[in-house]
Formats: sequence, C-alpha cells, structure tokens
Amino acid sequence: MAVDLESPSNYLTTRLRQAVNWGRKYSLWPLPFGVACCAIEFMSTVSSYNDISRFGAELVRFSPRQSDMMIIAGTISYKQAPILKTIYEQMAEPKWVIAMGACASSGGFYNNYSTLQGADHVIPVDVYVAGCPPTPENLLFALTQIQEKVEKEGLVPAAERHPGRIEA
Amino acid sequence: MSQKLVDKLQQEFGADILAVSSQHGDETITVDKDKLLVVLNHLRDHEGCEQLSDVVGVHYPDRDQEFEVNYLLRSWQNNVRLRVRVHTTEGEAIDSATGIYKSADWAEREVYDLFGVDFADHPDLRRILCHHEFEGHPLRKDYPIEQGQECSRPEHLFNDEDIARAARRASGIKPEVGGAHDEVHPSDLLTVNLGPSHPATHGALRVECLLDGENILEAKSEIGYIHRCFEKEAEDHTWAQVMPYTDRLNYCSAMANNAIYALAVEKMCGVEATPRANAIRVIVSELSRIIDHLVCVCANLVDVGALTNYWYLYNTRESIYQSLEGLCGSRLTTNYARIGGMSHDLYDGFADEIRTKLDEMVVGNNEVMKLIARNRIFLDRTVGVGAISQEDALSWGFTGPCLRATGLAHDLRKSAPYFGYEQYEFEIPTGTDGDSHDRIMVRMAEMVQSRAIILQALDNLPDGPLNIEDHSVIIPPKEKVYNTIEGAMNQFKLVYEGIQVPAGEGYGFGEGANGELGFFCVSDGTGHAYRIKVRPPCFPIFSAFTTLVQGRMIPDAIATLGSLNIIAGELDR
Repeated sequence: MAVDLESPSNYLTTRLRQAVNWGRKYSLWPLPFGVACCAIEFMSTVSSYNDISRFGAELVRFSPRQSDMMIIAGTISYKQAPILKTIYEQMAEPKWVIAMGACASSGGFYNNYSTLQGADHVIPVDVYVAGCPPTPENLLFALTQIQEKVEKEGLVPAAERHPGRIEA
Repeated sequence: MSQKLVDKLQQEFGADILAVSSQHGDETITVDKDKLLVVLNHLRDHEGCEQLSDVVGVHYPDRDQEFEVNYLLRSWQNNVRLRVRVHTTEGEAIDSATGIYKSADWAEREVYDLFGVDFADHPDLRRILCHHEFEGHPLRKDYPIEQGQECSRPEHLFNDEDIARAARRASGIKPEVGGAHDEVHPSDLLTVNLGPSHPATHGALRVECLLDGENILEAKSEIGYIHRCFEKEAEDHTWAQVMPYTDRLNYCSAMANNAIYALAVEKMCGVEATPRANAIRVIVSELSRIIDHLVCVCANLVDVGALTNYWYLYNTRESIYQSLEGLCGSRLTTNYARIGGMSHDLYDGFADEIRTKLDEMVVGNNEVMKLIARNRIFLDRTVGVGAISQEDALSWGFTGPCLRATGLAHDLRKSAPYFGYEQYEFEIPTGTDGDSHDRIMVRMAEMVQSRAIILQALDNLPDGPLNIEDHSVIIPPKEKVYNTIEGAMNQFKLVYEGIQVPAGEGYGFGEGANGELGFFCVSDGTGHAYRIKVRPPCFPIFSAFTTLVQGRMIPDAIATLGSLNIIAGELDR
C-alpha cells in the first residue's frame, strides 16, 4: 500500500487482492461446530469479557453458507464425522478451519472405539489449538493466525491450499 | 427402610426372589427373569417405587448367565432405593419394562446397544449411542477399546411408512387444533433436522421433525454424536485416573462431577472424606450448580430471543471461572477432587473473593429478572410450553430442577444428604406447572439458595486436615514421598497399580446441577474398575423430549429444549 501525500485529495494505491484480504481478515464469520466442552469455552470467547468482536469475528453464523471460518469445538466421533464433512463442503470458498482443542486436533485422551483421532482425518485443518479445552486467549491467538493466513493467501480456495484433500 | 422393603418382598414373592444381598447400604434382590415384570409392577403399584433411575448391564464372560442387568429403583415418597437384578445370556430375552416405567425405553436400548442384551416387546429396540453401521457390542469384555468403526452416512429416522402414517393422522386434525388441511398427503410433510449442528441444540443432539407447516407432527431424537466411551475408558484406567474423564461428562459443572465420583469410590473403599474436604466439596458443588444454571438460563433466553441477558449472566460465570482456575489451575475441566480428599486446599482470599462475586451474581440475576419476569414475549414463549405432569416426570426418570418445576420438592441434598448437606439451611424451590417457564424460574431461585449454602460453608469452614490419613487410598504428602522410601513406594504403587478397591459394588450419587448424578461401580478387587456406569441426569430427561414437543410448533421445541438443559457430554458419555 502507498499513500500519495503530494496530491490535494489523498488517496491510497494498493492491489485489489491486498485490499480484499485486508477487509476479509477483519470480518471472518465463524461457524462454531460446537459439540463438546470446547464449545463452552467458545461461548466464553464470544461473551463480553473476552469479546471476540475486537478481532472482527463476532458474527457467529450457524449456516455454513454464510460463514467462512469453521471452528471445530469438541470431540468428533465416527457418528459425527460424515456430518462434519457435509457441513464443511457446504461452506463457500475461501474457507478456513480451526481445530479447537486436543480432541478436534488428535482425539485427545479419548483413544477408543467411538472417537475419530483428529478432525483432519475428514477435512483439512488450517490451525490447531492446544488445550483441553483451550482458554479463550488461545482461541483468539488461533484467530489471529488465521488472519495472517488470510492476508497472505486469501483468495486461494481451500482446495488449492490443501491439494488432494477436498473432492471437487 | 430398604431392608423392610426387602423383607416384605420376600414374603410376597417367596422363592421367586433368588437372592438378596446388601452392600454399602444398598439392597439388591435377584429375581428370575420371567418374574421381573411382576416384581417391578408390584414395586411401582404397592411399594411406591415411582421411578426407574437407570438400567445397568454388566458383562461376566466366565459365567453361564453372562449378563447381569440391574434395575435401579427409587421411591421418593418413602425415600427408599432398591436394585432389582436379573441374569441372562446371549439369545435369551428379558421382558421389557417399558410398559411399567417410561424411562426404561432408552435405558434398555442402551443395554442392548452396548451389551447386546435382547429385550422382548421393546417398542423400538435400536442402537442408541453407537452409530447404525456399528457391529458388535463395545462394552462386552472381549471388545477391544481401540477398535473404531467408521460411519459412512447419517441414519434417516423416518421411513416412508412413518411419513404416510403421520399424514393419515394429521388428516384427522381439525384446523383449530393446529392442522390446516382437511386431508394431508405425505408429500405435504417436510422432514427437518434439528441438529446435530444447530444453534439451539447446545451440543450434538439431533431431533428429526416431521412438519406440517410449522407444526411438529412427529419427532424422533437421536443421540450418541459425542459418545466418548467414558464407561469403556473407566475400565481401562485406574480408579484415580478416571477423575479427569468425569470433568468432561457435564462440562458445565465439572467440580460437582469430580466430587460425586470421589464420593462413589470412597463409598466402595469404606472411607469418608474429612470435614474440611466435605465443606470444600459443598462450596465447589454449589458454585458448579450456579454456573451450570447460568449457562442454561442464558442460552435458553438467547433461544427465545432475549440476547441481552446473555451478557448479564455470562459475566458472573466468567468471574467464577477465574476463581475456579485459581483453585485448580483450569477453568472448565477442573480435576479438583481426589478419592479421599481434594488436590489442593482453598487459596488465600478465596472466601472474600467468592462473597463479592456472589453479590455481583445477585445484581446480575436481578437485572435479568427485571427484564424477563413480566416480559410479554418471554412469557408467551415459555408459559405452558413443554409442560409435563408430576406423574409423567417421575415415570420418565426426571430429577433435579426439571422435576422440581412440576411441584415436587425432591432433592437428594435433603432426602439423602452427603458431604454434610444436612448442616446447611436452604430451601427447595419448586414450580407448579412443569413448563419451560417454571424450569427457568426454579433455576433462578436455586442460584439464590446455592449462594446461601456457600456463604454458610465459608463462614463455618472447618479447620483440620484436608485429606484422609489412609494412604492405601490417597497418595501421601510430598515431603514423605521425596524423603522416605516408604512414601516413595506408596506413591509408586498407588500410581502404577491404582487404589485397590475392595471387590463388590456400590452406587454413589448426589444432586448434580441437572438432577441425580450417580456412579454405579463394580470392583473385582483390582486397581481398575470392572464396570462404572454413570447415571447422567439428562439422559432420561431427553428421552421424554419428543413427547413434550409433538403436536406443538418448532419454536416451542427450541424453548423446551433449552429449558431441559441437555448437556451432550453427559448425555452420550
């Protein structure tokens, strides 16, 4: 970006892609795929004390069509996995995914007959958040990580960022 | 009391009662499985056992009759509990108790799903926790814990026949009752999924609704989306290692789960926590009750369109979280209690901090009451919605605020005091109509009572040791572990081999935030549990959900679901 200070009416010059990404990064609309304990910490993150709207991501949308950042908050079971996949596929490009907490990242301490050992067995994940559950600060940090990604690679669809992971 | 009941039953049924046993104050009668329904009927009709708390299966592969099925009965009016036990084996069905107790429906389905025990004449014997493509029965001892099975697609709950039947039934409905058409074709009906990813289900639940316009003709609920195999994990870990898993049952009130689990295992070991540990357990259990009720009420109010209240209520919750974090280092998954005591004592300044926070809670709650108590929209959305009668609530296995909302003052803290609850003065708030409005109001009133209990406990906090002296149960203090060989060995054995809980079985229970939370434990005398069955309060409550919403509108279903406070973690375990 450059500011032309010589001109009487100040204006900015930038590339379209940069401008779009800059806007997009401060208006991520999260889809909370809240299934377990982590969803409660997601509620804390949204509530007034931690206030996710400071980062421009307060517009929680449960409709996959309207959201561009999925937060997998909780344990994904084998029973849940096809539903997670369907909902992810319903989201429009470009889209990002946060695996919040140990269960969504790796199955956590549930290594058993019902628990999927990490959501990335089903859909591609962009940022993993440690913790069981992660504190709201951890989740906010993950959000800033996504913002960095958005700034760098915003217009690239998820299918290109994760080759071989998403069926066209 | 229970002993008297057993004597009476022996007179009544004689040789049909095969065995009688008593352990840790719990009475068990074993009956022939052909006589089960007769005995249950008699208990319900003549002995006042109005509630079937749970049905618990246990697998003993070495026995001829390899499955044991326990029916946990409760009589609130006589304050008596009794277990009725039957034995069976593969291929021999037990008569279903669904005709006697409504709560038997899902409870028996669970035993069928996890053990493969067949129930004759059960109306809908399907899997409940595992997915529909699952093969085998995971809680059998020969099923390996890590053997996962993938699921290719979700199950459709309604088939064409169901839809046609619903359409025929809807054709008879007169317009003024809700149905708008004279004749309804199956193609007029719409199948809508509420969940498993839905803003108002607050967790992974699924209710498939068959809609005629906005009216729910029929609904079927499906659970198990967050089945994390607590019970199988419990068999795979030592008794003490199960504690962190209890955090994640009802993750809104983890402290109470910890304390009640510790209570159950202490009962099995025959030890009792110190007065100081008990007082701390009371404090943290009541704090849990408060934050659980707060999250239930605020989410329920958001569902009916009252978003402002979320901020008022959630701030209190957030500030209490910070105190809990000070106590145990974690906000949500606390892992604070230990079998035989607590992991840490209270920190300096805890009492004053909590007193201030509880005062702030009262301010926040009063603000909310001002916003909702006479709010027309709120009243229209909740009064008379999702109402249940006392009799039905008992039969469905309701406990806790949802039962008290119907007008029954049943509270385990009064009727079977534990942690020294008998020392505290508090009232049991009740409702009158058992509808969503009463459930919310009972919770609001209970928070005030919980505050009273906490203040009394903080004022009269006993001095003295935090943990019991018996180091076969709790690890010795760190000075002993680091400085003496006996202490080091003691810790080593407890960590590696686990607490050697005496063989036997026991049911430890308490009043969780949402009702009776119980742990049915079976020990074979080793460091690992042979079987732990959780009796989660919201499992029976959610089983009644579809009957509460059928014939009503979709928005009513949302308001009802929120007020029942279904926590998926303990629902599916």
